[in-house]
Amino acid sequence: MSHGNMNLTLKIWRQNSGSEPGQLVTYPVKDISPDMSFLEMFDVLNEQLVAKNESPIVFDHDCREGICGMCSMVINGRAHGPKTGITTCQLHMRSFKDGDTIVVEPWRAQAFPVIKDLTVDRSSFERIQAKGGFISVNTGTAQDANCLPIPKDDADASFNAAACIGCGACVATCKNASAMLFVAAKVSQFALLPQGKVEATTRVKNMVAQMDAEGFGSCTNTSACEVECPKGISLENIARMNREYLVANCVD
Amino acid sequence: MSNSSSSFLKSSLGKKFIMGFTGLFLISFLVVHVCINACIYFNDNGETFNMAAGFMANNIIIKVVEVGLFLGIIAHIVQALVISMHNSKARPQKYAVQNQAVSSKWYSRSMGLLGTLLLMFLIVHLANFWVPTKLALYGENAKFVGYNVPDGFAGMKENPFEALKTVFANPIIVTVYLLGLVSLFYHLLHGFQSAFQSFGLNHKNYTPFIKSLGFWYSLLICLLFASMPITLFLGLIK
Ligand code: HEM
Ligand code: SF4
Ligand code: FES
Repeated sequence: MSHGNMNLTLKIWRQNSGSEPGQLVTYPVKDISPDMSFLEMFDVLNEQLVAKNESPIVFDHDCREGICGMCSMVINGRAHGPKTGITTCQLHMRSFKDGDTIVVEPWRAQAFPVIKDLTVDRSSFERIQAKGGFISVNTGTAQDANCLPIPKDDADASFNAAACIGCGACVATCKNASAMLFVAAKVSQFALLPQGKVEATTRVKNMVAQMDAEGFGSCTNTSACEVECPKGISLENIARMNREYLVANCVD
Repeated sequence: MSNSSSSFLKSSLGKKFIMGFTGLFLISFLVVHVCINACIYFNDNGETFNMAAGFMANNIIIKVVEVGLFLGIIAHIVQALVISMHNSKARPQKYAVQNQAVSSKWYSRSMGLLGTLLLMFLIVHLANFWVPTKLALYGENAKFVGYNVPDGFAGMKENPFEALKTVFANPIIVTVYLLGLVSLFYHLLHGFQSAFQSFGLNHKNYTPFIKSLGFWYSLLICLLFASMPITLFLGLIK
């Protein structure tokens, strides 16, 4: 074992399919470098499992640089692990100590059913998006910069909302498994811009209706989502959606 | 429009809107209630207090508002039940390990529990004061429901202040009241600012003000309410 490397005990949720029950299974891992990412540690473990002819642990991942939002894991009771403002792929093993026991579970929500092991089906998010998270008119080629004046604050707020990567950490963290932060980010991103205002009322009504239909919980304003969101999406977006929704229901 | 408003009230956002609306209505009622209570501090043998209580018991406008108050409480409780049941269904499989303390305050996660404690307290409280007052006022009719006005309450109509002293001479009742107020404090500490967020009122300039207003409101209201059973129990107010 080279200097600073760690031996850890992992307790990982194994579940063959959505229709079968799952359980936490204990795996010891040895000689883990503190410079590895959490997912690289999983790669090491999976190679060991394959070598032993056991089935590797299935987990979602793609970009491994914090932009795709795939790497959904609840690590020791926190979405994406003990750090804030990052995804699981951005978490390094130096955040743990030699000898630690680490419990890894999938996102838990009625609207995110487990597919296998740590992988969940997040297509409920896509169905919400499909209800209005877009602009239906062709806005044409890029205009001259100042043709369509947009206040800097609005542009910034819209951009910040658009930073949502659809990872679902907000749902995983929320005590009610509510998708309010995600939906609010998608609504806000458009609501703040003139191009998005045209369809603002139908957008918010349809997206909220789909959110409810998918079986996400409602918002108790505990603000846990904001703390665990890797992209720092703020609660102001939820307030904006509440406002938009109220106005939308008053005007049409 | 009618179609739209019914879907609004059925949506998760609309339900939270009702929650916040009824909650703020109850919050405004508590201000009136605590002001009347504070009349005992004139320390005039309950004269001012009895006057205020008499006004509340007999004024026709107050009687109408009282009906609204009960409807508000019922709507708040019914919505609380509906929302809580819906929320618990949203995560059928719980986490084996969940570290919630790092990302939210315990009382924000315990609104249902705090509300249930409040409801239990409310029942005790109504049985202590509201029911006997009504019975004292409409005593003749009480026989029909087979309810005997307990000792110490017979004078509720003429001298509610004396009835107060009788109730708060009992240390168990005083303890129940103080525990009820602790629940109220934490319920309001989250609820006050939460209602504004539910209405969509969140702004970097005003939200810090709303939050500190909520804190001071919760603290002052609960301390003022608590002072009444305590001072009466200790015999500090004559
Ligand atoms: C004087 C009595 C009460 C006052 C002043 C009060 C006030 C409030 C306020 C302002 C809120 C925040 C609403 C929002 O987040 O939009 C709230 C939420 C809540 N109240 Fe009350 N409340 C009272 C009694 C009760 C009772 C008796 C119950 C239950 C039996 C209850 C259950 C709840 C629940 C469960 C919530 C949170 C709902 C959620 O966000 O998920 N409350 N209350
Ligand atoms: S709001 Fe944040 S936590 Fe929720 S899906 Fe978007 S990026 Fe992930
Ligand atoms: S794998 Fe893309 S964000 Fe983690």
